[in-house]
Amino acid sequence: MRSLLENRKALVGLGILGVFAAVAAIGPWLVGDPTDFVAVPLLPPSFAHWLGTTAQGQDVLAQTVAGARSTLFLGVIVGLATVTVGAIVGTAAGYFGGWVDEVLSLVINLFLLMPGLPLCVVIAAYLPAGPVTIGLVLVITGWAWSARVIRAQALSLRQSVFVSSAVVIGESPLRIVLLEILPNMTSLLASSLIGATTYAIGAEVGLEFLGMGDLGAVTWGTNLYWASNDVALPSGSWWTFVPTGACIALCGFALALVNNALDEISNPRLSAERAFVRATGRKRLDLHAPTPVLKSVQGGSNAPR
Amino acid sequence: MPPADLLVIEDLRVEYLTEGGAVRVVDDVSFRIGAGEAYGLAGESGRGKSTIALAILRLLRPPAAITNGRVSFDGTDLLSLSASELRDFRWKQISLVTQSAMSALNPVLRVGDQITDAICAHEGVSRRVALERAAGLCDVVGIDRERLRSYPHELSGGMRQRAVIAIALCLHPKLIIMDEPTTALDVVVQKQILRRILALKEKMGFSILFITHDLALMLQICARVGILYAGRLLETAPAATILSAPQHPYTRGLMSCFLEVHQPRADRRGIPGAPPDPRYPLAGCPFHPRCAFAMDACRETRPPLAPRGARHESACLLPAGHGEAAK
Amino acid sequence: MTAAGRPASAAVAAAAEGEAPLLSVRRLGKSFRLDRGRELAVLRDVSFDVGAGEVVALVGESGSGKSTTALLIARLLVPTTGEIRLRGVDVLASEPRHASLAYRRQVQMIFQDPFASLNPIHTIRYHLERPLLRHGEARAEADLAEKVNRLLETVGLTPAADFARRHPHQLSGGQRQRVAIARALSVNPALIVADEPTSMLDVSLRIDLLNLMRDIKSDRRIGYLFITHDLGSARYFADRLLVMYAGEIVEAGRSDDVLDAPAHPYTRLLISSVPSATAALGAPEEPGGGVVARTAPVIGRGCPFADRCPSVMDRCREQAPALRPLSPGRTVRCHLYP
Repeated sequence: MRSLLENRKALVGLGILGVFAAVAAIGPWLVGDPTDFVAVPLLPPSFAHWLGTTAQGQDVLAQTVAGARSTLFLGVIVGLATVTVGAIVGTAAGYFGGWVDEVLSLVINLFLLMPGLPLCVVIAAYLPAGPVTIGLVLVITGWAWSARVIRAQALSLRQSVFVSSAVVIGESPLRIVLLEILPNMTSLLASSLIGATTYAIGAEVGLEFLGMGDLGAVTWGTNLYWASNDVALPSGSWWTFVPTGACIALCGFALALVNNALDEISNPRLSAERAFVRATGRKRLDLHAPTPVLKSVQGGSNAPR
Repeated sequence: MPPADLLVIEDLRVEYLTEGGAVRVVDDVSFRIGAGEAYGLAGESGRGKSTIALAILRLLRPPAAITNGRVSFDGTDLLSLSASELRDFRWKQISLVTQSAMSALNPVLRVGDQITDAICAHEGVSRRVALERAAGLCDVVGIDRERLRSYPHELSGGMRQRAVIAIALCLHPKLIIMDEPTTALDVVVQKQILRRILALKEKMGFSILFITHDLALMLQICARVGILYAGRLLETAPAATILSAPQHPYTRGLMSCFLEVHQPRADRRGIPGAPPDPRYPLAGCPFHPRCAFAMDACRETRPPLAPRGARHESACLLPAGHGEAAK
Repeated sequence: MTAAGRPASAAVAAAAEGEAPLLSVRRLGKSFRLDRGRELAVLRDVSFDVGAGEVVALVGESGSGKSTTALLIARLLVPTTGEIRLRGVDVLASEPRHASLAYRRQVQMIFQDPFASLNPIHTIRYHLERPLLRHGEARAEADLAEKVNRLLETVGLTPAADFARRHPHQLSGGQRQRVAIARALSVNPALIVADEPTSMLDVSLRIDLLNLMRDIKSDRRIGYLFITHDLGSARYFADRLLVMYAGEIVEAGRSDDVLDAPAHPYTRLLISSVPSATAALGAPEEPGGGVVARTAPVIGRGCPFADRCPSVMDRCREQAPALRPLSPGRTVRCHLYP
């Protein structure tokens, strides 16, 4: 995966994520308690308070920075858990086939069909508000998606000749799944992980915005909740929600960039086509144009005379 | 008297422009096909042969580019035509039959519609006329007329390939390029289809560029053949000559690799080594690492195609007739 | 040693090399259930033997059932009917659902596609170490490395240490197939099922691979079940030939005998269709004659070859012929030979 580090998109994306990770890790120590009353409520950004104050007189910058830690941490955990559950179920279904697959596919389909939001609301109503509840609810409603995708690839890899070859050698099913099949799915798993994390962050924020989170905690979701609750829009105090919103958007954007870069890396055709465009000096790639006839090749041909 | 030249390829070079540099897949290949002639291009794995077929029709997708040479068909320089001129040219003058019929046939259209579509698209005739011609083509290629109403997946592999041939013939092209047209079929069906193709060739007078890795098949069908190795044409000659007096050591090696059904078992050896990787080309003759007769000069100079007899050329530094007694 | 969780097939593991042939297959059949209750029989009533050190070729076109037979013997598929006996022991009785490790040790397989049969993420060393470790052929590091190198040398991949550390994509098709052979050899099998091992290789490499397989066979008295559609390779490599059509054996005998004097009309058609550089192609048959779409084996009355047979008689459409001896060591399934 070192080609990942050579890809421009990946670098930008990872860079942004790295900044957020750093902010999440050390930021809260640098900005002070975000719940403190620091100044007059609804002050627009100024030198004293870079991002202004909320309707309750709290420092928006402190809240944004503190929120990063909770939100991102939960997002990553949920992302990991979702993909792990999805991978276990999906691979089992794809590898064993037969009735195991029938049963597991039914379960997967059930969970896919379940309306996520109402389910979240119902479960959250019975459990104490907070990150654990939200995390649980998100994993329950989210694992089926990656399970389906992973099952499809496990199914196809199961048919591959090298798996048959491993069976004939006498390898045990567990070993085949862990060492022959899963390693060939790394790009799918990575992509699923990024997708799941993106989903987790967005859904988490959404649920908290609706008031299902621990309202006393400081997260990006609760920031938005309070901003909306305290009538931010009609009062024109954009600074109470724009910073948080922008952070969420940036994270999503960074994750999408990395996902995109992974796509490019695992599909060599894409990078070959990019190189082609560069070499022929064309502006875009037209796959339906007749094969170009070039008199000279930029970069020179490496064939001997 | 050899037939007039219909297709002339001179020093054709095709390269894949990748990030690691240009990879030469077709290396300055030259040959000619006459009117009404069946010319075979044989070679081992590696896509040089198919690349040539697609390059003639400029159907290669990026990152491939033609970086040298001339392709002249009936006096027209194919490499200088625009996209629209090429569209008119393809199928009317030169058509293509590929290995996988399923990649040539649209799975959601009936076979008959695909033939009539091709006819109507290029010639402004009515659908009814086109349908009649399609029916005629079915007779000619050996499909039941009723099959025109079937979808591709309802036909057997042999039937599908016949349908593809019908489409290739429908506009009466002067040259049909066939790239491993029967490789995916059983030998029995293969023989039936090829017999029919040759009979059609006699009747309709088109030329064939027949590309295959099956040397025996190629020698059975084609009047003249070319032997491709590592993207380079090493020898070209009439089929009978290749059988009786091959000049290039690679060709000789290939001839001794035939495992004939009727030959009693004897100890045989293949050609040691393996073809070079196009990403790391060698200086000199591409075959020299595997050649029993390699000399120092072979490692340094690339032998050009030199005449050895009637329409017979060989790209080898060895003198003509070398080692014939040893054959 | 057994595959995890499965009862030891002591019978198989302890079978002594007695009078019984190495592999004995009787009435082997495989049917697939399609929707709407229909069944597709891809293999019917196949019986043959393979002796130690003998090469038996299964020859036929696609749909003949030869690949299915290979998969059944390698126990990647479960037979619908029939018996498989390894050194006299009824394998399907003693280990009906999954093959034991002992079976896997004795029966190995080489696949057709050299580009697909090796896992791209593992090194060659890994591919060769695993069977050695799994079957207890080597335990200490040094012993393992030495055995891996020796295997690579046996199949002609030298310098061994160099090849061992490479990944499959760094090897050519021919080299990969040699690795596949080395892998099969690593457990010292008694029988190797080779499913079209050379059909995806260049012509110039085929003979050398067949020679390698032949040398290994004579050194170690390994039996081969050689699946191919290429009659030339079958003649070169095989001692006996079984011609298959529509899921059945239609002719069997010594390969030289069958190919020099074919008895079954299908065998004759097959031989005459093989491309021959020196023979003329001939005129096409009448339109509509002899070319019938044959996608699935026909299950019904009569001989499955009847609608394509140039020597067909009325009786052929009514009654399917049985496999009968033609001469010592020769059998044929055809009404022409009552």
